Amino acid sequence: MTENILVKLAAYIATEFLKQPDRLITQDEPLLTSGLIDSFHLVDLSIFVENNFGVRIDDAELNASSFDTLNQLTTFIMERM
Amino acid sequence: MMNFSTCLQRHYEQTPDKVAITLLFNNRPPFPITYHNLIQGASAYVKTYIQKGILPGDVVLLILQHDVDLLYAYFGAVLHGAIPSIMPFLTEKLLPERYRTDLAELVSVTRPTAIVTYQTFESEIRAALQPGEDSVKAVIVSDLLVCSENNMYQPDFDTFSGLHRGEDDIVLLQHSSGSTGLQKGVALSHRAIFNHLEAYGESICLSKDDVIVSWLPLYHDMGLIACFLLPILRGVPVVQMSPFDWVRAPYRLLQAISTYRGTLTWLPNFAYNFSAQKIRERDLEGVDLSSWRASINTSEPVKYKSHQQFFERFKSYGLRLETLQTSYGMAENVFAVTQNDLKKPPSVEDIDRESFASDRIARPSFDDRPSIQMMSCGKPIPNTKIRVVDNKGHDVRERYIGEIVIKSNCMLTSYYNRPDITKKAFLDDGWYISGDYGYMVNGEIYIAGRKKDLIIVGGKNIYPQDLELLVYEVPGVHAGRASAFGIFNEATGTEDVIMVAEVDIDDPIERQTIGDNIRSIVTRGSAVALRYVHLVKYPWLVKTSSGKTARSANRDKFLKEMQVKGQIY
Repeated sequence: MTENILVKLAAYIATEFLKQPDRLITQDEPLLTSGLIDSFHLVDLSIFVENNFGVRIDDAELNASSFDTLNQLTTFIMERM
Repeated sequence: MMNFSTCLQRHYEQTPDKVAITLLFNNRPPFPITYHNLIQGASAYVKTYIQKGILPGDVVLLILQHDVDLLYAYFGAVLHGAIPSIMPFLTEKLLPERYRTDLAELVSVTRPTAIVTYQTFESEIRAALQPGEDSVKAVIVSDLLVCSENNMYQPDFDTFSGLHRGEDDIVLLQHSSGSTGLQKGVALSHRAIFNHLEAYGESICLSKDDVIVSWLPLYHDMGLIACFLLPILRGVPVVQMSPFDWVRAPYRLLQAISTYRGTLTWLPNFAYNFSAQKIRERDLEGVDLSSWRASINTSEPVKYKSHQQFFERFKSYGLRLETLQTSYGMAENVFAVTQNDLKKPPSVEDIDRESFASDRIARPSFDDRPSIQMMSCGKPIPNTKIRVVDNKGHDVRERYIGEIVIKSNCMLTSYYNRPDITKKAFLDDGWYISGDYGYMVNGEIYIAGRKKDLIIVGGKNIYPQDLELLVYEVPGVHAGRASAFGIFNEATGTEDVIMVAEVDIDDPIERQTIGDNIRSIVTRGSAVALRYVHLVKYPWLVKTSSGKTARSANRDKFLKEMQVKGQIY
């Protein structure tokens, strides 16, 4: 399950945000603080998470402290599923 | 005589209980501030500025979040006759050392005598200063000034030096971001701003019944002038949200318009795409946009498709087509240069692409030839004249593309402490050289690109040379061999930032590391996210004969290469 979420999120970010579908994103690679994704992507990410995993994320939760790596984001999703 | 302080005093005396500004933040109840509160809060700062030996005419740098402290510190500086300037706050992405470098540069050019910030940020600020050597006499910690209702200073107008400032004295500075922007503070006088507010107020038929709603940052002219000074000085209520809240929850703007019966907003073009694409139906329940009389698209190229998308998405919530309007502006003219007539939607025309590109003439398209859609930014506001000129400064004919030059009674006094660049910004006969290309039809201006090397993302000006300097530091990149430019992205409604850099390494893993390092250094050094990093072999980049990066040539070369490869760009 965790693996499935990780793979889906990584593919979505690489294809939609980075426009580099082949780009591998590791589980603990910083996303927001490294500049790979920026704050304009956060709403897309929350819509993607809601549509794919049925987990609603409050706007205030969209920040680097819970969202900076795939691992953090996956844990966040798993806890609410 | 009227200046900012006499104007504020009048509001304080005539309508003390009127709400000037309502702060609307996520997870906090709405916070209304009356003119009475505003002057009282500002008085506490006047007192502090006096105690710290800050003199009228001194620059006070404000490094604060968009909150009540910023309001009081700003108008405190005004009432004291000092010159406030807002610097963007350090975000979690920016490297502290980079921020310190920017701040040190800003201090060296602008020479502020005081900096106001939070206690938690004080050490960061002090680290950028050189006590005894630079101009800063005081770092004022806003948390230590208690401005709660129970402990408000009664304003003593006799002590407000701001009341005695002359109309031609400088009242504020505006900077755009990045080290280039921070060294180019636009200095504006009381007279220039009042002249602008009067002319622009007329253009938009501003009345006491208006309610302005905004999420725009105050360190940008659109936020500072249209959504902060215009309402507060003209007695029109404004509802302010935080830009950080809006980007995570764009529906909040529409909810605020509905709740407060908002009539006016200013938005950069991308905000129309962003809102149309990212607002869920459930967040619009009960929203009524029928009070909204004008949403003025400005500060980056305006696109009809963005308006269409926005209108289609929200028309069932009471949005009217003629609400979507356009303007062309710049901080050097205080804010607006032109404004579309609010009674009708902006004119839109299809232009022949080839003629536009090769002859530099905007001919209406015919048959099925490829065309470009252009949307008018309206006519000059009443106090402003514009001309479109060729490279010798001669006027060009209608529909011919040339550079826009501007004359008005609301121009900047100077780039602060920069007589060198101030002089270069004007033609010999006093017309301001905008750096923007455009053409005129029936007295209306259509913006047709930029002569100056500037990228605009989401309404924010970015100087490519700042980004390139950062990239030169990345190991593996040839020294001096990188080029940054913007390419318009139709889906997002704004420019993508592209970086091309020359590297010799072939190993794909090492190349990815270099690419990542480029992204990272740009984000952490400038808070700009690169959309695409293109690594190439030496000598790919086009340079001018004097060795400078020819950004538009590099941009064209990049586009061609991507086209050949069949990639998105």
